[in-house]
Amino acid sequence: MTLSIDKIALILGMVLMLVGLWGGFTQKNLLKIILSFSIFNSGLNILIVALGYLPGRTAPILEGDVVTPETLASVAIDPVPQALVLTAIVIGFGITALMLVFALKLNQHKKSLDINQYTDLKW
Amino acid sequence: METFKLIMMSTLALVMIIAAIMAVSSKEMPLAILASGAISLLTSIFFLVLASPDVAMTEAAIGAGLTTFLFFIILRKTEQDSHENEK
Amino acid sequence: MKMKNSIALVLIVMFGIFLFHIYERYQTQTALNKTAAYYNSKAPAETGAANVVTSIVVTYRGLDTLGEVTVLFLTAMIVGYILRQRGKAKTPKNTTSEILITAANILIPGSIILGAYVFINGHLTPGGGFQGGAIIGTAIGLMILANPIGNIQKTALHYIESLSGFTYILIGLAGLILAGGFLDNRILPLGNLGELFSAGAIPIIYSLIGLKVGSELSSILASINETTNNTAKS
Repeated sequence: MTLSIDKIALILGMVLMLVGLWGGFTQKNLLKIILSFSIFNSGLNILIVALGYLPGRTAPILEGDVVTPETLASVAIDPVPQALVLTAIVIGFGITALMLVFALKLNQHKKSLDINQYTDLKW
Repeated sequence: METFKLIMMSTLALVMIIAAIMAVSSKEMPLAILASGAISLLTSIFFLVLASPDVAMTEAAIGAGLTTFLFFIILRKTEQDSHENEK
Repeated sequence: MKMKNSIALVLIVMFGIFLFHIYERYQTQTALNKTAAYYNSKAPAETGAANVVTSIVVTYRGLDTLGEVTVLFLTAMIVGYILRQRGKAKTPKNTTSEILITAANILIPGSIILGAYVFINGHLTPGGGFQGGAIIGTAIGLMILANPIGNIQKTALHYIESLSGFTYILIGLAGLILAGGFLDNRILPLGNLGELFSAGAIPIIYSLIGLKVGSELSSILASINETTNNTAKS
């Protein structure tokens, strides 16, 4: 198994996703659950960016004499996963902010952040 | 040069996994929030090595800056609430 | 609760096996696929921007950016609605130290100028609207923490956000009338590659997105800061 940067990033992304999921399933504090979700998001973004990497190439931005418009197609990496992950990071922050505000409002209502107190919808 | 980069990236990956396990299974909240901020910062370095400066800048500004800040504000507000009602 | 933990472990092991299958079939690529080759070879000539990722986010996939701006707007609106206060909003008084206020007086204007620089030069260097907006949001967050001049005027934030969003849609519609389609950047001349006033309407669109994102993040932080701990059910 030849090790390269994108394989290391792939393994790291997968391990972070698993750790985040485990935290989401087994923790009791509401803020800890939201923190685990944020770690899961980071792992997922590393996974997507690692899929677009080509070894030995540079970023897809024109730069003086080093990267010119004629050589861009043979010297730069895939730009599409970067555009997708840019959107994904911002939306992930929006979701985290909304979850935290809901946790704040729930704490005002029942004075506790323990998820075993909120069993109103359980059958 | 290549092997040096590989060794450095493997060390960073190991540090990030240890920080993730610490963030999920620690008993105090401020330690967990700081560990998740450190994970976001090291993720931004990883993005830079994977040749994506745009994504690195976004993750550094939003992940390591705003998310950690937001967690601390909400932590303070919820502790203020529970202290007010215990008096 | 041993039953719950073992169910969680089984689910995570199954997910781990699924991820391992992805890892097994992964091979490091050596050549670009067709979509990436098209973007890399045609983007600087067609859009005039030096940053290919910017031209993809603003023109080639402009509808996705419109969707993301809508999602952030919904988030800010829902946060403002849930945390509304009845009557006059009384911000809790922060007793901050003098070191914090002095450092904030130096850092806040510098951060705002840095954020504006990042989203104005989005088509030339790495950066753009979202990065610049996040930097401006962090600067306003520091202003909330240090509280050097009093409360944040939330009406000004609302006006900036609404006007930038509205102008963004108007520019998109102008692209429909004057050029190829919705959010086309050829309504203004393309200019020379690498200059500040080039790439058509991309600097204007990205500046508006930067202002909108910055004001939305600031209004989320200001709404959270203004909640007092009233125990009345609202």
